[in-house]
Amino acid sequence: MAFSIVQFNDVRKTYQMGLVTVEALRGVSFSIEPGDYISIMGPSGCGKSTMLNLLGCLDRPTSGSYLLGGEDVSRMDDDALSAVRGTRLGFVFQSYNLIQQLTVLENIEIPLYYQDRPETESRAQAHKLAARVGLENRLDHKPFELSGGQQQRVAIARALVNDPLVILADEPTGNLDSTSGAEILKLFDELNQQGKTLILVTHDPSVAQHAHRAIRLRDGEIESDVRQ
Amino acid sequence: MSGSNPNLPVAGALGGLSLTRLRRAIRLGLKSLWLHRLRSLLTVLGIVFGVCSVIAMLAIGEGASYEAQEQIKSLGSQNIIIKSIKPPEEQKISDKASQSYVLAYGITRKDADRIRSTIPGVTVVLPARVIRDYVWNISRRVDCDVCGTVPWYPEMRNQRVARGHFFTEEDMAAHASVCVLSAGMVPALFPLESPLGRDVRVGADYYRVVGIMEPATALPTPEESAGQTKPAAHRMFIPLDTARMRYGDITIRRRSGSIEAEQVQLSELTVKVDKLERVTSVAEAIKTLMEHNHKKKDYDIVVPLALLKRAERTKQVFNIVLGSIAAISLLVGGIGIMNIMLASVTERTREIGIRRALGARRRDIVTQFLVETVLLSGAGGILGVLLGVVIPFIVSHTAGMRTIITFWSPMLAFSISALVGVVFGIYPALRAAEMDPVEALRHE
Repeated sequence: MAFSIVQFNDVRKTYQMGLVTVEALRGVSFSIEPGDYISIMGPSGCGKSTMLNLLGCLDRPTSGSYLLGGEDVSRMDDDALSAVRGTRLGFVFQSYNLIQQLTVLENIEIPLYYQDRPETESRAQAHKLAARVGLENRLDHKPFELSGGQQQRVAIARALVNDPLVILADEPTGNLDSTSGAEILKLFDELNQQGKTLILVTHDPSVAQHAHRAIRLRDGEIESDVRQ
Repeated sequence: MSGSNPNLPVAGALGGLSLTRLRRAIRLGLKSLWLHRLRSLLTVLGIVFGVCSVIAMLAIGEGASYEAQEQIKSLGSQNIIIKSIKPPEEQKISDKASQSYVLAYGITRKDADRIRSTIPGVTVVLPARVIRDYVWNISRRVDCDVCGTVPWYPEMRNQRVARGHFFTEEDMAAHASVCVLSAGMVPALFPLESPLGRDVRVGADYYRVVGIMEPATALPTPEESAGQTKPAAHRMFIPLDTARMRYGDITIRRRSGSIEAEQVQLSELTVKVDKLERVTSVAEAIKTLMEHNHKKKDYDIVVPLALLKRAERTKQVFNIVLGSIAAISLLVGGIGIMNIMLASVTERTREIGIRRALGARRRDIVTQFLVETVLLSGAGGILGVLLGVVIPFIVSHTAGMRTIITFWSPMLAFSISALVGVVFGIYPALRAAEMDPVEALRHE
C-alpha cells in the first residue's frame, strides 16, 4: 500500500447540544494517497461539515486518530494545529472568504504571513500564484472589485501559496454561475494533474464527477467509497 | 511552537513575537485604522482631550506657581519682613471726620534695636520708612512711595541696580539729598533724557538721581489688604537719615474735610537670618518680642519662607487634583476605546476565522488587536500632546499668563495613553483570540 497522506482511523465526533448528544461522525476510517482527487458527498446533516472541519484541523476528533502526512494531528494543541493549517493545508471556501480590506496580492500572501517568511520571498510566491490562476493584472484590486469567479481564483491561489499537502475545497462552485464554476473545476483538474491532492466537499453530483474517488456519507458513516 | 501555554496568549504574544511580525502587525493595524478614519478619530477623542488637558493644565499651573515662587523669592527666603499697619480699631476712630489727633503706631526704632541685639541668628536688620508723596521733574509728576532706607537694601531684597549705583554709607552719613528710582517711574518722569545726574523734586526738596533699579517682580499683596492705601508700584529710595530729617516721624495728610496726622517711626523692617533652618524659630522670637512691646496689633510679620512652603503645598494639592482629573478622563477615554474595539472584534469575526484557518495562532490574533489598540491610543496621545503644547502657547499669548511646559509632562501623558491602550486593548484582543475558528468562519 502506498504512503497515505491522510489517514482517518475510527474517527468519532460528538457534540453536546444542551442535553442531547449528537453523534456527527460514528467511526469513520479511510485513507488518501498523494495526488488523489476525492469528492465527499452526502445529504445535509450527514456529517460533511464535521468531516471538513476535522480534515482541515479546525477541530479535533472526540476519539480515533487522524494522521496528516504521517503525523498524528488529532491530539495537538491549538498552536500546533494553527501551524499545521498554515503549512500543510489549503482552504477554498464556498463564499471565497477573502479579507475585504486587503488587495488580491495581500490576500494570497496571508498564509505565508503567519509563517514568518521573508517579505520578498512571500511576495514573489504570491505573484507567481496570481499569474498561475490568471490574475496577474488584478494584483492591487480589492476583492469587491472582482467577479465571483475571479474571487474564487484568488482563494485558490491563496490555498496554493504555502505549497500544502492537501487542498480542501468546500462547495467551491456553490456561489458561482455555471461558466465560472466550470473554469474553477478546470483549474482543479489541472492542479490535480500537476500532482496536487484535492478533497472536494459538495452536494452536486456533476461537480463530484471531476474527482477520481467518491466518498458518500450518511448519518455520520461512510455509505460508499468508489473509484470512478 | 507548541511550547507555550495556549491559555495565556497575551504572554505568548509578546514572548514569541519576531520583529518582522511586529512590524507587519503595525502596518496592518495602521491600514485597518486608516480604513475607518472617522471612527478611529472619534474613538481616540477621549484620550486626545485627556492628554491635552493634562499638559495644558500642568503648564498653566506650573507657570502660575513659578510666578508666585519668584515673587516670594524676591523677598528673600532667609528674610523676615515686619510691616507697620494701622490698627483696625484706630482706623475707625480716625474715620470720624471731627477727630484729628496724632496717631502713633507701627514699628519703632527701639524695636529694630531690640531685634538686632537680643535675638540670636539675626545678621542684618534693614529698616525702611515709606512716605507716600509726589515726585516731580519740572512739570511731570509721579505718585510714588518715597522710601527712606539703608545702603544694603538692594542686596537684602534681591534687587539690582540697573544703571548708576545705590546710595552709599557716605551719603547716609552726610544726609545727602540723593535718590534711586525704580524702573517703572523713569519713563513717566524722564521720557527723553537719562535721569542719572538730574534732580527730581519732592515737596520743596531736590534730590539728585544716582541710580535706577532693575524692574522687579511685584510684591505679593495679601497682607496689605488691611492697609489704607494700595501699594504703589513706584518707589524712590533715599537715605533713611535724610528721610527722617526731611519728614520727621509725623506725616500730616489732608483728606476731604479732615486732617490726619500719623506718627510712624519705621514702616518696614527686614530681618535677615543667618541660616535657613533658623528662619522659623527667629520668626517666632520676633513675634513674641513684638507682642510684648506692642499693646495693639499695629504690625504684621511676613515670612517669605513660610509663604514659599505654603505655595509648594498648594501646588502639590493642585497636582493631586489635576492627576485625579487626568486619571478619570484617561479612564473614560480607555473605556471608549475598549467599547469600540469590542464592536470591531464582533464586526471582524469572519476575518478572525479566516486568519485562524490560514494558520494564525491565538497569539497572532491577540497581537493584531492589541497593536491596533495601542496604535489608536498612541496616536491619540500624540494628537493630545500636540494640542496640549499649542494651547498653553495660545493662553500665554492671549491671556498674558506665564505657562511652563516641563519636559516630563508630555512624556508622562503620552506613556499613560499608550498604557491605556494596552490595558483596555487586552480584553477585546482576548475575546478575539478565544473565538472558535469553526464558529468564526460560519459567522455572517
